[in-house]
Amino acid sequence: MKRRFGLKMVLLFGLMLIAAGCNFSGSEDTGTQDSGSDQSDQSSSDDADNNQNESVINLTANADIPTLDSALAHDSIGFTVLNNIMEGLYRSDENHQPQLALAEDHQVSDDGLVHTFILRDAVWSNGDPVTAEDFEYAWKRVFEKAGSYNVMFETVGVKNASAILAGEKTPDELGVESLDEKTLQVTLEHPSPLFKQLLTFPTFFPVNQSYVEEMGEDYALEADNLVFNGPFVLADWKHDQGWTYKKNPDYWDQESVQMDQINVEVVKETSTAVNLYETEAVDRILLSSAYVENYKDSEDFISELRPGIVFMRFSHKDEFANPNIRRAISLAIDKKGLTSVILADGSRPLNGLVPYEFSYSPDGQDFRELNGEFNVHDVDQAQEFWQKGLDELGIDGFDMELTAADNDYHVKTAEYIKDQLEKNLPGIGVDIKLVPFSNRLELEKAIEYDMVISTWGPDYNDPMTYVDMWVTDGPANRMEYSNPAFDEMVKQAYAETDAAARYELMLEAERVLLEEDFAIVPLYQNADAILMRPHIKGMIRHPSAPEFDYKHAYIE
Amino acid sequence: MARYIFQRIGYMAVTLLIIITITFFLMQLLPGTPFNNPEKLTDQQLELLNEKYGLDRPLIFQYFTYVGNLLKGDLGTSFQFSGRSVTEIIFERIGPSALIGGQAVFFGAIVGFFLGIISALRHNTIFDYGSVTIAVLGMSIPSFVFGALLQYYIGVKWGILPAALWKSYEYSILPSIALSVMVIATVARFIRSEMLEVLGQDYVVTARAKGISEFVVITFHVVRNALIPVITVLGPLAVSIMTGTLVIEKIFAVPGLGEQFTLSILVNDYSVILGITLFYSALFILIVFVVDILYGIIDPRISLGGGKRDAA
Repeated sequence: MKRRFGLKMVLLFGLMLIAAGCNFSGSEDTGTQDSGSDQSDQSSSDDADNNQNESVINLTANADIPTLDSALAHDSIGFTVLNNIMEGLYRSDENHQPQLALAEDHQVSDDGLVHTFILRDAVWSNGDPVTAEDFEYAWKRVFEKAGSYNVMFETVGVKNASAILAGEKTPDELGVESLDEKTLQVTLEHPSPLFKQLLTFPTFFPVNQSYVEEMGEDYALEADNLVFNGPFVLADWKHDQGWTYKKNPDYWDQESVQMDQINVEVVKETSTAVNLYETEAVDRILLSSAYVENYKDSEDFISELRPGIVFMRFSHKDEFANPNIRRAISLAIDKKGLTSVILADGSRPLNGLVPYEFSYSPDGQDFRELNGEFNVHDVDQAQEFWQKGLDELGIDGFDMELTAADNDYHVKTAEYIKDQLEKNLPGIGVDIKLVPFSNRLELEKAIEYDMVISTWGPDYNDPMTYVDMWVTDGPANRMEYSNPAFDEMVKQAYAETDAAARYELMLEAERVLLEEDFAIVPLYQNADAILMRPHIKGMIRHPSAPEFDYKHAYIE
Repeated sequence: MARYIFQRIGYMAVTLLIIITITFFLMQLLPGTPFNNPEKLTDQQLELLNEKYGLDRPLIFQYFTYVGNLLKGDLGTSFQFSGRSVTEIIFERIGPSALIGGQAVFFGAIVGFFLGIISALRHNTIFDYGSVTIAVLGMSIPSFVFGALLQYYIGVKWGILPAALWKSYEYSILPSIALSVMVIATVARFIRSEMLEVLGQDYVVTARAKGISEFVVITFHVVRNALIPVITVLGPLAVSIMTGTLVIEKIFAVPGLGEQFTLSILVNDYSVILGITLFYSALFILIVFVVDILYGIIDPRISLGGGKRDAA
């Protein structure tokens, strides 16, 4: 008996130790709860006084930040955080247009190849000035670290970027040079209409050279191992738990920043997020389609159309090499039924490659509206082309495999498509093959499928991020699709410096892809169903990464 | 005894090595790469990354490098959290998991213990049926259903405790209760059936015949012997609960290890998968060892020396 009592004491003591080492937030954090919640009543009066004058928003994220090293960052959460704690030469405004930020002035040579930036007087949060060397060092470092977005430098055409990626040159030969402390010179291989736009992307942000070198391998692993030059500083980062932004008093434009503090909680389960929203512990959450019905009439409910697209690739092999077969399949699917009945989460049917509300022409028109809709659902036409295709192939029908990732949305979509095709195209047999996401990618890249349900999100805010996927042997093509005329148009668009002419080329390329070649079947465009407190204003959300900008957010 | 312990430690090391080896090679069967953002990665980039992380080398070479580093105590760095050390990730995440798991086991064992005793002593009465019902429900209702109900009623509707997140001690109460249901059910069931058996044993009859008070008979003769099977299940159960449970951690937004483990497998984070597997296995083997030692303490008939073993 005595022994057992001892054992219990050991257990109890162990629990206490564990509790002590459990990294609960300190008292300073419990005081930052939303004023409506129960917890803030219990915080000390000091904290309560502070809270009344401070504006605070509590947000949620569905995962931890993978990394805050701008050379390695690769996901929307990381890019959003970097966009708010750091700043590059340009920053996107509320209309998603790049505006000078850390650069005060930007001169371009007549041939469009040499860009000279004059930096404004700005400091890192440790007091060091932000210098041109910091940019040069950061950009070269992206290649040394083999960061996932090093290809962005190739997209823009920074001198030697392609050669470095091919292993022919060293990162040190990248076409970027600091002429003096405040002057940065970038040399391009060809004039680039995307350059300004891409300078808002975190991979192009500077890092504080001396600080990074001092930190070595530990740089950016914790909030304490970072210095900031953006609108906010990262005051706190508890892994897998959440992080806290605080206004950066040293930011050059700190007068425009209105939020004192923004807390982000990691919440991975939608039902949990809903419960937290109900208890006013958080102020903005993402809903899943199961909750849309319940909340769609609430004044907090918002549906935000997003540029992520879901579409089907054809292998362009065997039966799928026949354009009439592809055309028939494109016409046979009623996409409206899919989005309104099956998905019912605000997704929008898409009859084009470039999504709605993503890109606007130089005179302000939506790319999608300009090019209209291609291959709109029409069963009679579908059957006509189907028969034509079958006759050309000399068969009565065939069985095919539809590959899809095994997530909920794609499974539903695949089942719907199987049903539509078997109903509308006599003689087709569709087998659904469900595989894990990474398997789907491997099958896609090896072109070991008949048709596959794929997704794509934009890398930057320009139609080209969708259009140049389909060039012959391009890394995102993943089909045996090749059209020299299409390739030529993309090549011309890369080099075209006249914005209107370039836009025309991209519109035409999309038309060829869908109206002549029926190369893919666009299905729908994603939408986010969101609950947000109506008094939160000025939160900018861009269509491509970096997604969120809290610089101008405020509470009404 | 010393020789026994020494021998066991040797076996433990061999077991761990076998586990690591199997996991290492099985992991290679996972489709995909450990690198982030696979959708956009070009073949050229993939080549560069494989070279940088040594994944282009022969598998057997990678294996010996890993084991070599392991012997030096280096578990490597994570792919999904670029460059963060696996050891750090494990120790950061194990705290919350161990706290809610520990509380669940502690609370669950005590409640289950008394439920079991009551139902054995009041066999075939309303008390017995009551606790059997609780035990059956506890085993059959998944903890996430119970967790979601707790969160909705206690957290949202009545506002007694925080619904989710991880900020101070009170945030650990609801997940612990949700997890403890299974422990209560398991312990109650085992105690009940064991006690019923022990109550009929000759030595209990003897003890009673000697005129020893009922309280002493129950505590020192019956309960003590009924504990053996309970400890056998409770040890491994405690390890599996305290090292984290995916569902409860997700529902209550607890930054624990169980959720992290699942995520690592999904994104092929090789070093984290190996690290956590090693950690789980080591704990598990250790607890089995501790349980074996405890047997000897609770029941002197079980001898660990190896040589002379009385018939149990």
